[in-house]
Amino acid sequence: MNMHVPAIELVSLTKCFGNSVEPAVKSVDLSVAQGEVLAIVGGSGSGKTTTLKMINRLIEPTSGSVKVMGEDVTNVDPVGLRRSIGYAFQGVGLFPHMSVGQNVGVTLQLLGWTKNSIIERVNELLTMVDLPADEYRDRLPSELSGGQQQRVGFARALASKPQAILMDEPFGALDPITRDALQQEFRSLQKKLELSVVLVTHDMSEAVLLADRIAVMHKGEIAQVASPQVLLTSPVNAYVAQLIDTPRRHSDFIESLLHGKASGGAR
Amino acid sequence: MSPRLTLLFEQLPDLLGGHLTLAVPAIFIGVLISLPLGVLCVKSATIRGPVMSLVSLVQTVPSIALLAIMVALLGGTIGYWPAFIALLIYSILPIIRNTIVGLESVDPAMREAAKAVGMRPLQQLFRVELPLAFPVILAGIRTATVWVVGIATLSTPVGAPSLGNYIFSGLQLRDWQRVIFGCVATMTLSLVLDQLIAVIETSIQSRRKTSLALAMCAIVGLVAMGIVPGVLGPEAAGFSKLQEKENESEKSDSSGPLRTTLEGQVVRIGAKGFTEQFILAEILREKIEDAGGTPEVLSNMGSTIVFNALAKNTVDVYVGYTGTIWSTVLKETDPISRIAMRAAVAGRLYDEYGIVLAGALGFENTYALVARRQTVQRYGLRQIGNLTPVAKDLRIGGDPEFFGRPEWQRVRNLYALSDITEVGMDSTFMYQAVADGQVDVAAGFSTDGRIEAFDLAVLNDPKEAFPPYDAVLLLSPRAAKNRDLVHVLEPLLNQISVAAMRTANRRVDEDGVTPRVAADSLLNE
Repeated sequence: MNMHVPAIELVSLTKCFGNSVEPAVKSVDLSVAQGEVLAIVGGSGSGKTTTLKMINRLIEPTSGSVKVMGEDVTNVDPVGLRRSIGYAFQGVGLFPHMSVGQNVGVTLQLLGWTKNSIIERVNELLTMVDLPADEYRDRLPSELSGGQQQRVGFARALASKPQAILMDEPFGALDPITRDALQQEFRSLQKKLELSVVLVTHDMSEAVLLADRIAVMHKGEIAQVASPQVLLTSPVNAYVAQLIDTPRRHSDFIESLLHGKASGGAR
Repeated sequence: MSPRLTLLFEQLPDLLGGHLTLAVPAIFIGVLISLPLGVLCVKSATIRGPVMSLVSLVQTVPSIALLAIMVALLGGTIGYWPAFIALLIYSILPIIRNTIVGLESVDPAMREAAKAVGMRPLQQLFRVELPLAFPVILAGIRTATVWVVGIATLSTPVGAPSLGNYIFSGLQLRDWQRVIFGCVATMTLSLVLDQLIAVIETSIQSRRKTSLALAMCAIVGLVAMGIVPGVLGPEAAGFSKLQEKENESEKSDSSGPLRTTLEGQVVRIGAKGFTEQFILAEILREKIEDAGGTPEVLSNMGSTIVFNALAKNTVDVYVGYTGTIWSTVLKETDPISRIAMRAAVAGRLYDEYGIVLAGALGFENTYALVARRQTVQRYGLRQIGNLTPVAKDLRIGGDPEFFGRPEWQRVRNLYALSDITEVGMDSTFMYQAVADGQVDVAAGFSTDGRIEAFDLAVLNDPKEAFPPYDAVLLLSPRAAKNRDLVHVLEPLLNQISVAAMRTANRRVDEDGVTPRVAADSLLNE
């Protein structure tokens, strides 16, 4: 495998919905290197989720192209494509009528794995996300906590050993402590498995913590793509500056609290 | 247990069996049709509009009319099939509607998740959408079950035995125990089936395979129980009756010789749904049984339905009335004299349908306007013409069929009664209603025992507006060729007087004896 081929490459990707004149996504160019985490950050309606869904063709682009491991995905069977890319959903998206084990193994079953190899892989995945397989495999999603459900969601996204996974606000609905724990685990798993990840979030702090590079989207366009450090030090415009300011102010404030220099001005 | 209740329970296996073999397969096939159709409606808006309009439209057809229409659409075939098809049609709407609602209420995020994990459209449907819509779809199936089991009681008038036999005959015989028995049996069956489906639902959801299997077995078992006396019934039941007959004839053989000319033959007797018809059917049954045949009585049939069945040889023998045939079958409006009408009806039935009018039974059951004594005195009523000046203040009760008949149009025109208020009601309640003064006049029947029982006066018809209604023995084309059968029935001709018929009717309606007992004593007189 050529390590220089980007895992995912978007070339002037554009999406217009229905009759609206203004495109939801306007000629976006992005690339994700193998083993890299790219966060797409933006407000509601910035086009970040639409961009993500065009990668595994849940949404068909109006123009432009998507390449996964160098191959143009417009030429491959979209179902096969989706089975080879992991997807972790906003609000988890587990099937309520299937057990934890069935949820994790669903893609493997669709790929035609044998029953025994599915069971083996499901056990391996559940152990990987810290859910003892014997205890959790036969439970229904409704019997799990939010954090546990999200772990199952990750296990499902990782089931078919994908090169790349797409994540849409995966930590959105979790309480802060669970979120922090899961974010740490995600980062270590990602490093261990050398996963290429596209992570959509509206939370700049999360992006700064987890991503190697951050793409800021605004009104369907990429405003800036850079590492967290570069974004913090040299935002290209006021919008990016405003977004990146939030985590900076939080950390400044915590810092000042720790050093007893808190003043009324630093909120 | 009272002997009357025992009698009701004796009929239960046959009628419950008939009911089950109609309702359960109708629901089952209804599911097989509605589920895919519902799925198609969700996937394609072009199909959805027409399908839903058609299904909803059919549902608005009154059920009893839909059953009758099915008989006509099947070319006059009576019995199981028209009833089955009508019930099948009734089961479709609730299932299709709930399939659509169930599928549409699946969270779009679930549909997207199914797509994102790599399911193809059919895999999305079967693995995610249908399982998630399942509780709503099942609720539709339960609604359909309750509807169909209830409506199946209306299969009786098209000649398919069901628990409705209790209700229809009970209404006619004013035997409320019988009516309530039929209702309770139907309700119990509804509840049992509904609960069995509920068990299936919970056991699928909680993955309990044993209780699922048990509930399925219970439903299959119920149908199987129905099939044994229901479908195989004619032979099975006929066989046992033959056995009884053989035993009896052995007994009578020892006492004296008995010629059994109809040995091994099944003769189907058609009857409409009122007391006199029940008694006449019993008379025919007795004659055929005495000759060693196996009679099968299909009672509570509608006028046109029993007539078409006769023409198609699905009913062999039936007692009709010349006036009814004259207007409803031959579509004549102006009546002619009694003898001429009998001859004309006989000729045309034979020419047009091959039906043979074997002869008159001897009595006439014509329409008669009746009123209570107080009303007669108050308005000075002697004949129908006396109603004319006060028509706009009066209410006339009659069964709904009567007000639609050309005879009534004729009476109304000849006596200028267009201002009178028509009140449609079942003939069961009509005499009581006129006796109580709830209606002023009622369109009764001349042989009805209740005319005397309620001390009602019959208004004369000087203009002969009502046509003659001779009771005549009608044979299907096939039955007419059966010399043995003709030979067995011939002795009945010209033997039943108006008085004898009225007494028999009165004994059933007022004294509460069964039609069979009344028929017995009529024959033995």
